[in-house]
Amino acid sequence: MPMIRKSIVILALGTCITATEAAAEDVIITQQDKAFSEEEVTIKAGDSVTFMNNDSTTHNVYSRSKGNQFDSGAQGPNESMTQVFSSPGKVKVRCAIHPRMKLTVNVE
Amino acid sequence: MNGFSLNIGVSLSLLIGVGFFANLGISPVKADDAPGQVNEVIILKAAYKRPTAVPFPEDNPFTEAKAKLGQMLYFDPRLSRSNMQSCASCHNPSFAWGDGLPKGVGDHMNELGRRSPTILNAAWSEALMWDGRFETLEEQALGPIQAGVEMNMPLDELLEKLNNIDGYRPLFAAAFDGDEEITAEKIAMAIATYERTVISGEAPFDRWIKGQRKAISASAQRGFQLFNGKARCSSCHVGWRFSDDSFHDIGLADDDVGRGAELSGIVKMQHAFKTPGLRNIDQRAPYMHDGSLATLADVVEHYDHGGIKRPSLSDEMHPLGLTEQEKKDLVTFMKSLTSDDDPVTYVQLPR
Repeated sequence: MPMIRKSIVILALGTCITATEAAAEDVIITQQDKAFSEEEVTIKAGDSVTFMNNDSTTHNVYSRSKGNQFDSGAQGPNESMTQVFSSPGKVKVRCAIHPRMKLTVNVE
Repeated sequence: MNGFSLNIGVSLSLLIGVGFFANLGISPVKADDAPGQVNEVIILKAAYKRPTAVPFPEDNPFTEAKAKLGQMLYFDPRLSRSNMQSCASCHNPSFAWGDGLPKGVGDHMNELGRRSPTILNAAWSEALMWDGRFETLEEQALGPIQAGVEMNMPLDELLEKLNNIDGYRPLFAAAFDGDEEITAEKIAMAIATYERTVISGEAPFDRWIKGQRKAISASAQRGFQLFNGKARCSSCHVGWRFSDDSFHDIGLADDDVGRGAELSGIVKMQHAFKTPGLRNIDQRAPYMHDGSLATLADVVEHYDHGGIKRPSLSDEMHPLGLTEQEKKDLVTFMKSLTSDDDPVTYVQLPR
């Protein structure tokens, strides 16, 4: 039964790859004209968001929402940072330099 | 109660969408204007339209009873340990809701570290205080009350004090669905609600934006163009309030790190302070977070110079090379932002 065994292995690998991709999805949010590209996104716990600064000015990304606190520090033009959101809940993301920049990340 | 009526009157007219925007139009195109230049001015003017509604948060909506209670608390010096300082001591309607001093004055008449900012149009503000450390007016309202150097009033003592003033309980009951219990949260909600009604009225500039071509002088109109062009003011002083609600180091010579105290890892936040709005600005001298500049002409001179060169200096700061006439035009323009509001009357406080 060598062929069957090989198929099982391939199927198992495929399942692993699919499972891995589902657990590590990444949403890209751009920062341009002192605004996030979206006001609200929904992701699953363990997913990440990549913030890409397409502005000519320095930005920052932070959250004080319980379970998902983070602070990017300075994020210069053309720099990006990726943040994993591990706890379910509504996460308020802000730029400490430009408080009008607001993003809500709904973590399911 | 005139002050209350004035402010609520303004805010309600905004809430129901009448008044300011009813006839908002764009200046008619002059035959001798170049089309490109006219379009540029039309676009610029559109960016300075007044809003049609006051933003009250969902968890603290406007009610007249809550605003009335907030007004009482705002003007009541018994909210301080000394019984001598109210919110209005530093944010005084007689001084365009500031105090007219280079630095604020706190408990025991001690000088504070920064100038008292106006509360005008705070309803739209995204971050409160010069360093933006409070996200909401509700958070901010309790800050100075408790601060030892300011009103120096611990909340537990304040609650006891207000509970012993019979006249307050009916006001709290009216403001909070019949519940007369006095809590810190309710105090904050009421003061914040009142503060959101403090809105600068229509200024000559607004009438010009609405289409009255002679509402401001030719000098002020040139100043508007400079403000949005060569002088680069609108890089930060943007929108109808003339603030981006962001933080910038504009190169003033003092040791205060401002927003940098909270964000020590971000170089550009060192010496960075919140962009103040410019409404009624000619009534709000002296200027800057440290009160170091006495006149609007001094402010223009500072920006023309470009500020102290240091790593944190805003990328927007450069020497401007303004002529003397251009400096005068900028000052004239800023003076056109002052509204002719009715005077505010002090309230009769509960006993």
